[in-house]
Amino acid sequence: MNDLFSNPVLAKALPEAVVETLQMVGISAFFTVLIGLPLGVFLHVTAPGGLRPMPVVNRIVSDIVVNITRSIPFAILMVALIPLARLLVGTSLGPVAASVSLSIGTIPFFARLVEACLRDVHHGKIDAAQVMGSTRMQVINKVMLPESLPALVAATTTTVVTLVGYSAMAGLVGGGGLGKLAYNYGFQRFDVTVMIVTIVLIIVLVQVIQLTGEWISRSLDHR
Amino acid sequence: MITVTDLRKVYRQGKKEVVALDGVSLSVPKGAIHGIIGHSGAGKSTLVRCLTLLDRPTSGSVNIDGRELSSVKDSEIRAARRRIGMVFQHANLMDSRTAAGNVAHPLELVKTPKDRVRAKVAELLKLVGLEGFENAYPSQLSGGQRQRVGIARALASDPDVLLCDEPTSALDPATTDEILDLIQDLTRRLQLTVLIITHEMHVVKRVCGSVSLLARGRVVEAGELADVAAELDSKLARALLPLPASEPLKGALQAGPVLEILFSGDTAKEPVLTSVARHFDIDLNVLAGSVETLAGQQFGHLRVQLAQGADYDAVLGYLRDRGISAKLAAAVGPSEPPDVDVDMPDFVTETGDLK
Repeated sequence: MNDLFSNPVLAKALPEAVVETLQMVGISAFFTVLIGLPLGVFLHVTAPGGLRPMPVVNRIVSDIVVNITRSIPFAILMVALIPLARLLVGTSLGPVAASVSLSIGTIPFFARLVEACLRDVHHGKIDAAQVMGSTRMQVINKVMLPESLPALVAATTTTVVTLVGYSAMAGLVGGGGLGKLAYNYGFQRFDVTVMIVTIVLIIVLVQVIQLTGEWISRSLDHR
Repeated sequence: MITVTDLRKVYRQGKKEVVALDGVSLSVPKGAIHGIIGHSGAGKSTLVRCLTLLDRPTSGSVNIDGRELSSVKDSEIRAARRRIGMVFQHANLMDSRTAAGNVAHPLELVKTPKDRVRAKVAELLKLVGLEGFENAYPSQLSGGQRQRVGIARALASDPDVLLCDEPTSALDPATTDEILDLIQDLTRRLQLTVLIITHEMHVVKRVCGSVSLLARGRVVEAGELADVAAELDSKLARALLPLPASEPLKGALQAGPVLEILFSGDTAKEPVLTSVARHFDIDLNVLAGSVETLAGQQFGHLRVQLAQGADYDAVLGYLRDRGISAKLAAAVGPSEPPDVDVDMPDFVTETGDLK
């Protein structure tokens, strides 16, 4: 126990690492939802039998963009996207740069989850909205999104938890955060205490995200 | 008043053409409730989709109070839809909205001012008997209450026509009757034109003034309820006044001829059977019967077996002279057709409902 407080790594580097991890997860979660949600809506609405079927465009976006991006292992995608990060934020180091590849890696994943959530909205509700004279945007904004909100919150929770995992990987190639801390000190310097503390912190972080997400989702669910 | 003229809908399935509606025509005056009954696959759902413009008919017209609906431009389609209020089998309410929120939904779409929405929603919920349930979510309501919210929502845009697609098929019998009575009451008070699409004969019996039988995309029989019920040979009469399958009795009457008799209106009140027995001095047995009040009139449909050797032609003549429809259902003997319902095996004889 004494070791916990006297360990210089934990006292100095840990708080910084926690902030970096939270930054990475926060920034990339924001952009993932910002871009992934409309992308998921687009995939659902343009699918055959959807609100506005666009078979060719849907195929292209669905197969090429989403499936190809998702089939590249994240570790590789991250490294491959370093030049893009440098282009967008001017550096390939630090949590902000890592957020670029983190966002691009999780946007297609989240879009697929959104698509599945929207598909679960009962078709009768869409019919009802159309019969009462809704525009397509009104169907999306007043039926699809509100009706799938609990599921969308759950999907966001899953995505953020995934991001915590990805952010540890991103730490290794310059993103910083808890992943880097565990690797540098826990692995390369055999500091078991740092390793254990990092693991515990990540577990706590994931638990907090999961429980908060579930609580929000439940409180929004009126079914 | 809604008039549907020669409505056709042809779907393409690969290279094959599927005719879902093959020239459907019907006309319902203001303030009337018209039932459309048919099996699944008869074209009911397609008809609903064409009437609500969720699908465009291939040809034909749908006309509400003199204004054409089926040929409106795409840009006017939403305004046209608002002239038809629709009630769904499972109500199709939004789970994320309260009862009040659901009723307000159609009003929000056209940017109705907030205070106006509130007043209208309160008025509609009162109309359907749900005062005090404004803040309840659909999951907190019973099936019947959910359908009441669905009806209030359908009426929110002040439609001319109320289209009900199997409105009671998911409800228990008591709730079914409550909802049907509500629809009937609203029809009268708001002078609506109502179309009820159903497979339940009970719905037609309870509220409809007229009825169409839909089969294979066509209206095969149609008319005022009292008229179609009085036609001994019509499929609708058999469905409205169903007779359970019964074997001719072989015992006491030594298997005499079997007659089918249909009384309607005033003739239903006369003691015909006993007068036949007295007049011809014969015995008779009632094998099966169904007695109903339809559109305010009494109807009776009986299958009667006469004593062996009875002069059934004379009996038929006697009945017809008194304005009663009657025919020979099955005479005994191997050469005669034994099954009276052979021409319509699709009907469930017990309840008259269509499968």
